[in-house]
Amino acid sequence: MRFLGEPIEFEKQAGIGSPVWRGRAADGAALTAFAVAVRRADGRLAALWGSDERARAGGFRLHVVFGLDAGHAWLSLDLPAERPAYPDLSGIFPAAGRLQRATRDLVGIAAAGGPDGTDARPWLRHGAWPADWFPLRHDAGEGHGFANAASDYAFVRVGGEGAHEIPVGPIHAGTIEPGHFRFSVIGERVLRLEQRLGYVHKGVEKLFIGKDLAEGVRLAGRVSGDSTCAYAWAYASAVEAACGASPPPRALGLRALMLERERVANHLGDLGALGNDAGLAFGLSQFMRLKEDWLRLNGKSFGHRFMMDRILPGGAALDLEAPALAAIVEQCDVVGREARALKKIYDEHAGLQDRFLTAGAIDAALAREFSLTGLAARATGLILDARAHRQGYTPPPPWAMLGVRPATDERGDVAARVAVRFAEIFESLRLLRELAVGLPAGAVCAEVPPVPGAGGLGVVEGWRGEVLVGVSLDGAGRLARVHPHDPSWQAWPALEHAVMQDIVPDFPLINKSFNLSYSGHDL
Amino acid sequence: MIPMLRRILRTGIVSEPPPEAVAEEAREVARLQGEILRILGRALSIRQVDAGSCNGCELEIHALNNPYTNLEGYGIKFVASPRHADMLLVTGPVTKNMAHALKAAWDCTPDPKLVLAVGDCGCTGGVFGESYASCGAVEKVIPVDVRVPGCPPTPLALLRGILAAVRR
Repeated sequence: MRFLGEPIEFEKQAGIGSPVWRGRAADGAALTAFAVAVRRADGRLAALWGSDERARAGGFRLHVVFGLDAGHAWLSLDLPAERPAYPDLSGIFPAAGRLQRATRDLVGIAAAGGPDGTDARPWLRHGAWPADWFPLRHDAGEGHGFANAASDYAFVRVGGEGAHEIPVGPIHAGTIEPGHFRFSVIGERVLRLEQRLGYVHKGVEKLFIGKDLAEGVRLAGRVSGDSTCAYAWAYASAVEAACGASPPPRALGLRALMLERERVANHLGDLGALGNDAGLAFGLSQFMRLKEDWLRLNGKSFGHRFMMDRILPGGAALDLEAPALAAIVEQCDVVGREARALKKIYDEHAGLQDRFLTAGAIDAALAREFSLTGLAARATGLILDARAHRQGYTPPPPWAMLGVRPATDERGDVAARVAVRFAEIFESLRLLRELAVGLPAGAVCAEVPPVPGAGGLGVVEGWRGEVLVGVSLDGAGRLARVHPHDPSWQAWPALEHAVMQDIVPDFPLINKSFNLSYSGHDL
Repeated sequence: MIPMLRRILRTGIVSEPPPEAVAEEAREVARLQGEILRILGRALSIRQVDAGSCNGCELEIHALNNPYTNLEGYGIKFVASPRHADMLLVTGPVTKNMAHALKAAWDCTPDPKLVLAVGDCGCTGGVFGESYASCGAVEKVIPVDVRVPGCPPTPLALLRGILAAVRR
């Protein structure tokens, strides 16, 4: 099958997960041409990573996943073992820039020929390992014993009378993850924000290498703790696609229950924190109380407050009995009622709305340019949700039967991201009721015999946006390469734009309204 | 304003008794709280440092401030700077990229100071261990007083750990 009139043959990935087609680009020019066609058709750059295939195919491989109307197109480009380079895609998709820099830091394959010169600054490599050592190469060794040198980073300088810089981080004022923000300001107004991330890079991708399929899911569930269900499901889905296995219908229902409970838990916490960041401590208290009730039922029903390690390749690690399902339905009614009352209070609170409205606004054109997905994209009016039907796209089970209604808002500001969170809570509560009542009978886990040399891609609509996991197995059926992709990769650069022209004191509020993952990005 | 006040009234005070405050444990908790006051004056100030966690531990640290656990009710609060802190609450594993910042935060914390290593990763390196990118446990980088394992540890376990550290 071909897409967008480009001469690349794609083949559909097996299995019942999200629709994915795999293809190979003959050369760099074919890749660039395909990327241009995707951008023109308002498609997205969904993920980009590299793999060392020298033992199997004599060289390296670049993997680029594009988001199309019909699903995802996973394109690979083989690169030579000596001086592996590929065309810079950041002129077509700005979100490619950091992904390319990370790929060079970890695999040692580099983008070249960008329109303004390719950004040569390292991204995840701060100084803990040398520039000519690449952790994801098979002959790299463990890499213990390098001197951990602090490195300088060439931030883009903003000049002019009255312009100055505010450096923030890596340790931030609140209980949040570390990263560095460099604000260039005049007075209070932000002229430019430049992020430097990678502080929580803990070598996740290297740790996957050589693990068996069951060990892998435990690690996948710890890529970003707040999205543990999304990552575990995406990983399981990739493994199942690679090995031609299908989880039983009851397992899919249980996974969906967990994913939606994860979405509601995070949205409840964010809505409280957003109220608090705008000075309404009442909102934080109320929403944190609801979130705690929610987490306690997780602990009771799933044996873990965040449902870690409850999704396995082949299905789910537990089953729910009728009383547990009834408790879930009952809680949906209570939380729905309370959240509706709190929404009314938020909507009618003039001080709160004054802070929310117009702050951190981005429009749909910018969301498209940065290949944004998830709630931040939907808050600009884009109807993008891997769980929902759209023109030319049928979601995978169990979503297809549920008729998921994506929440959208066209304002693109903090207020819109608040509104989308409220709407998604109510929709998730509806889905949870339907899932709990209509959970199919049967087994909760199928065998997944590893298929040596196979590969697959899993896509799950996490609470933040689209979570992707690419998997390939080695000749012994163990993991050769796993690449998890967090939607924050696309949203971090969009946040740099959202904050421009707002004032520094609004940054915490705007930042929280995106609530991006550092760990999921830094890996 | 009126709906908000009505909601506050209807919600009431949901704060729960401190951990193990049942029967014979109640005296012990009261003694610990007395000790906190004696040792630290009227309060304990905590600076949380995420030195590389997956952010799971942070979710439970947030929960310490929810109205059920109500940490501030014990006179324990989170502060924005290590210079204001009596205790560092550190989640790990400590990445190589965060090791310098963690050491700097520890240096800035005035003596006498306490360090709590949080979570399986903070205690041992957890699933991430030691690697080209990870120093592993918090104690590999700064001295640790008390360890609170768990993936992530529950708010109750964190609270017990904080009380245990203060008791030392």
